[in-house]
Amino acid sequence: MTRLVGRLLQRLLGRLPIGWLQLTHNRTRLAAALAGVAFANILIFVQLGFLGALIESIGLPYRMMNAEILVAASDANTLSDGSPLPRQRLYQTLAVPGVAAATAVYYNRLDWKQLDGTIRTLDVFGIDPSAQAFRSAEINAELDRLKLSDTALIDRKTRNVPKDLFPSIGAGRSYQFEANNRSITVVGTFEIGGGFSADGYLVVSDQTFLRLFKRRVPGAPNMIFVKVEPGVPVAAVVERLRVALPASDTTVRTVADAVASDQRFQTTQKPIGIVFGFGIVIGVLVGVIIVYQVLSSDVADHLREYATFKAIGYKRGFFLGIVFEEAMVLAMLGFIPGLVIALLLYQIIAATTGLPITMPGTRPLMVLLGTLAMCTLSGAIATRRLERADPADLF
Amino acid sequence: MQTAPSIARLRAQDEPPIVVSGLNHWFGEGDARKQALFDVDLVVASGQLVMLMGASGSGKTTLLTLIGCLREVQDGSVRLLGRELRGASADRLVESRRRLGFIFQAHNLHDSLTAHQNVRMGLDVHEGVPESRRDDAAAHVLALLGLGDRATYLPANLSGGQKQRVAIARALVGNPDVIFADEPTAALDKDSGYDVVALLKRLARARGTTILMVTHDNRILGLADRIVTLQDGRIVRDEKPATS
Repeated sequence: MTRLVGRLLQRLLGRLPIGWLQLTHNRTRLAAALAGVAFANILIFVQLGFLGALIESIGLPYRMMNAEILVAASDANTLSDGSPLPRQRLYQTLAVPGVAAATAVYYNRLDWKQLDGTIRTLDVFGIDPSAQAFRSAEINAELDRLKLSDTALIDRKTRNVPKDLFPSIGAGRSYQFEANNRSITVVGTFEIGGGFSADGYLVVSDQTFLRLFKRRVPGAPNMIFVKVEPGVPVAAVVERLRVALPASDTTVRTVADAVASDQRFQTTQKPIGIVFGFGIVIGVLVGVIIVYQVLSSDVADHLREYATFKAIGYKRGFFLGIVFEEAMVLAMLGFIPGLVIALLLYQIIAATTGLPITMPGTRPLMVLLGTLAMCTLSGAIATRRLERADPADLF
Repeated sequence: MQTAPSIARLRAQDEPPIVVSGLNHWFGEGDARKQALFDVDLVVASGQLVMLMGASGSGKTTLLTLIGCLREVQDGSVRLLGRELRGASADRLVESRRRLGFIFQAHNLHDSLTAHQNVRMGLDVHEGVPESRRDDAAAHVLALLGLGDRATYLPANLSGGQKQRVAIARALVGNPDVIFADEPTAALDKDSGYDVVALLKRLARARGTTILMVTHDNRILGLADRIVTLQDGRIVRDEKPATS
């Protein structure tokens, strides 16, 4: 195996693969170096996974609505903040040509006390149950049942709930719980997938919503999802809505733009996104330092040999070649176990947290390129030690 | 027996390979500046084995590194293979070194490379030699030194004498014009020390290679064509060895 790689490298480099031979000569050091690179890779993969899951989970509730345009309060950065909109905006929206339907959505967060005393938080959306506002046929079919007061549909992916809850609801047994001094009956389920802040989603009628959150008033929803008439360009309707609605309290964006701006906000302004970005930086630093340690001690151990080669007539480029050869070998070989372990961790995280953590095809490639760059940087720092190899000192 | 002389060697016939005149050298700066060589003159004829003797600190190693293009010449003149080394650029010095062979006190073999690969390193520095020729040349020189069956051994699995012979093979494989050897027998016992230098002399003679060797080792002096003794940075004796 080692021989085969050695031959391959010799072909590739057109010289003896000295870096490879040096690395494989000291197996313990090689194993430590590869573990270091793999560790850095895992760290970066997991942080990227969380960041990706955060970005993905932000879009999920938006995409649940069957709409192309979102009318929201001008001070709203996400679905869960910002002032309420005057209800009048809904009628102004409906009056704009090209608008097929507009649904006012009320949003609030609800604490759901479990039997064991712990509290789950739910993101609650209140909508008019007679409008077929959702993309999923599953929810639309259940909406009629929300017309009964104090009934709700719950996200099947809600975290940390009793195991038999969803199968039991699915079997037609409704589930009751108390919140905000009202008794809520969960009559059906749907699926979105939990995010980072709340444990799950609850959909109720606007009437139930207003009873549940007494301080909210019917005249002030949080946002309006707009369905555009088939064949009408969405951009044109966005423009018309921007003219029709006052910019002082309303922003009009396509749902895709709203998702993008929410993602941008949460990944750059909110601590959670910054934490994951910071984690990536730490991963890179760990990798750079470990690889630098390995390469520079390898150079230090071979100063005599390098000085001898210098005496014979080898130039600086030759030694740089050896160090970079080692850097590349470490990057490539460390990446493989790093990727495998990261894939396993993704599965475990997805299973335990319900977060949408997945490995897109481009991510391994990017991390590999990053690892190569990281190892090259370490190699470049390590080559400074080469200057100490002075052939005149050999005598 | 004379092999076909190379162009470099033909040119060198007009002028001896090593011509040192009025060479002074200092180490250190300011008050700590100390002169190591004083007005050294030395001419070495082609194909000779010249041994440099002297106590430690006598300047013999300094002289060797100056002629071997490993230190910058400060004052005086060193002409090596027809080229002046004083004021030569770093690149020029590297080019000159590629025509030399070096044998060190310790063998300085690369411990991750086999005997054969170590010898090849002495050849790979020269461009334009086809891959298969390199392997053959390295194997040939190893065989000449009686190590044909040790080609795939790592240095750790060779004896001291065998390692030094690999180092000699590495110095010889590029067909150098001059070989510089720094106490090559220091790490060897009496018999293998003598044998190694005798072998080196025989192979160098067959190729017309000049050897400049620093040594303390009285046992090998009989092999020299000339013995130059330094003391406190000056040449104090220059003689033919007593035939033993």
